[in-house]
Amino acid sequence: MRVLVVEDDEVLMDGLQVGLGLAGFTVETVATCADASAALRAAPFDAVVLDLMLPDGSGLDVLAEARARQLPTPVLLLTARDSVPDRIAGLDAGADDYLGKPFDLDEVAARLRALIRRAAGRATASVQWRDVMLDPAAMTVSRAGEAVRLSRREFAILHALIDRPGQVLSKSQLEERLYGWQEEIGSNAIEVHIHNLRAKLGTGVIETVRGVGYRLMEAAP
Amino acid sequence: MTSIRARLFLILLLTTGVVWLSAIAWIYLDTRAQVERVLDARLSEAARMVSSLLTRQDADGRKGLDAGKAARIAEIAAMHAPYERQLSCQIWAMDGGLVGRSEGAPAQPLTDRGAGFSVTQVNGETWRVYAVENRALGMRVLVGDNMRVRDRLIADVIRGLALPALLILPVLAGLIWLSLKRGLAPLSAMARSLAARPASDLSPLPDNDSPSEIRPMIRALNGLFARVAAARAHERDFTAFAAHELRTPIAGLKTQAQIVLGHGDATVRDNALRQIITGVDRTSRLVRQLTDLTNTESGAFGRDGGELDAGRTLQALADDIRQHHPKAAAITLDPGLSGLTLPVNATLFMLAARNLLENAVLHAPPERPVVCWLRRDPHGASLVIDDDGPGIPEDELPKARDRFFRGRNRTITGSGLGLAIADLALRRMKGGLHLENRAGGGLRAELRFPAEPQPRQRDAP
Repeated sequence: MRVLVVEDDEVLMDGLQVGLGLAGFTVETVATCADASAALRAAPFDAVVLDLMLPDGSGLDVLAEARARQLPTPVLLLTARDSVPDRIAGLDAGADDYLGKPFDLDEVAARLRALIRRAAGRATASVQWRDVMLDPAAMTVSRAGEAVRLSRREFAILHALIDRPGQVLSKSQLEERLYGWQEEIGSNAIEVHIHNLRAKLGTGVIETVRGVGYRLMEAAP
Repeated sequence: MTSIRARLFLILLLTTGVVWLSAIAWIYLDTRAQVERVLDARLSEAARMVSSLLTRQDADGRKGLDAGKAARIAEIAAMHAPYERQLSCQIWAMDGGLVGRSEGAPAQPLTDRGAGFSVTQVNGETWRVYAVENRALGMRVLVGDNMRVRDRLIADVIRGLALPALLILPVLAGLIWLSLKRGLAPLSAMARSLAARPASDLSPLPDNDSPSEIRPMIRALNGLFARVAAARAHERDFTAFAAHELRTPIAGLKTQAQIVLGHGDATVRDNALRQIITGVDRTSRLVRQLTDLTNTESGAFGRDGGELDAGRTLQALADDIRQHHPKAAAITLDPGLSGLTLPVNATLFMLAARNLLENAVLHAPPERPVVCWLRRDPHGASLVIDDDGPGIPEDELPKARDRFFRGRNRTITGSGLGLAIADLALRRMKGGLHLENRAGGGLRAELRFPAEPQPRQRDAP
């Protein structure tokens, strides 16, 4: 789950990047309205955490501009201004949720998961594909009732595939979802993670589409 | 005397009392004159009446008056019932013998004067006497009024007039008191409404139907209310803004603390703890600057006056900043500054200089020292602080000294208050802050002082 954090306070920005990263999100951070708009244009995000008071303007402008471009990405406003009129203005400008500072890191993560879930059209917290159960909040996976221990990256790959059953995700799309911009990626990192996933989950889950990428099996073997 | 009502009451009572006393005195004198005139007229009338009753036999007989005449004379003498024996009548022969007298009349002659009015002392009593000479019969008729009785009569008349007036006096005082109370009612009403006001109510007092004497005061009070309300609104805005500004670093601290608690990895934890320290530094600097700003604004640091050794003060500031930010750029003080005395308020100067120097070292690259020097010009002197940092984008320069404004070229610990504090402190010193980007890059901050600094002779090197 790739999240864009727009926050100009360095300590808080670092905290959100590390904290949400630990909660299973891939976090990109920017500090200004201009960078936020550019980032939203450049790459797809599953959700945006947006501060309102930014050095070059209001986060609401970024939000309005994104909504004007029909960008459906869920947006969580995170701001020191949390009076009722401020909340109303934020929600009416197109935000999906509102959290006042200071907030609880786990709550931010939970709200982001809920926003992403809703955006994908699901009501339940965990995702099921055949006999595979994936719980994004607890970061646990089970197959046929048996718990499967996955690393953070493996979990993220499975989460990406299971969110879009039948859709083929290319290696670069998966890399984008797994790693931040600054992170070093080994050329065969995705192949290694897929290999490990297959070993842990057993056969009949991940299928390789030659020359394109990976997807969940079309039909039961 | 502090009470207007008591003062007015006393003044009114005294003036009314004086007027009232004068009236009584006038009435007394006038009544006395009138009564004397009437009584004198009666005296002369009685004397003539007695004289007309006398006959030749009375004069010849010398045995006294016959019984009928004596009764008649006594009747004349007792004409006024409550003042019995007021009149005394004597009939004397011209040659000195007493022919007759009324009852109660003294045996000695009432007067020596031949005719007309006179005042005499007989047996210790004062008499007003009227004498008539009957030359045909060779007799003199003396009719006298006892003055004691006369005075009593006048006193009774005056008493009759003065007593009701005396009784009216307390009533008058009460009426004056009530009228004053009623007249001063708008003042009391205003005092009551002010006393009942809660501290939060700064709405203006209604002044459209107030008396013209109070209206200027009400207007002045309303003006004061408006100023206090504006100051309070300003304070409230400031507090709200400060609260907002504090929430972000606090949120950062909490997030980092949660990372420390929830993660076992030593590297992640150490990084989060370092971030917490940075966050605490930033927050405490923000709190210090908020305090400085409030104190400067309220005038707690004074305004102007005093003098300070610029070189020594700046050196102390530079050392202190070095201690707080050991990895930041160094501060180089121009040798011309040492031994220089600035006629400014030391606290305000240090506040402005510290914030500007701190800004400069935090923005400058660590290897490029910040240079501080003095420039003299015809209008005064400027302390110039040059750094080699990124400067302030031109479009942000007008906003740079706004409170909580943090531009694009910000530092981690910046609060957006440093320039606001420096600007305010310098304006308090009747100086000014000038900011400009240097041609070669970096920012130049000028602290302008109106007065020419004096080189110190005493301990100049």
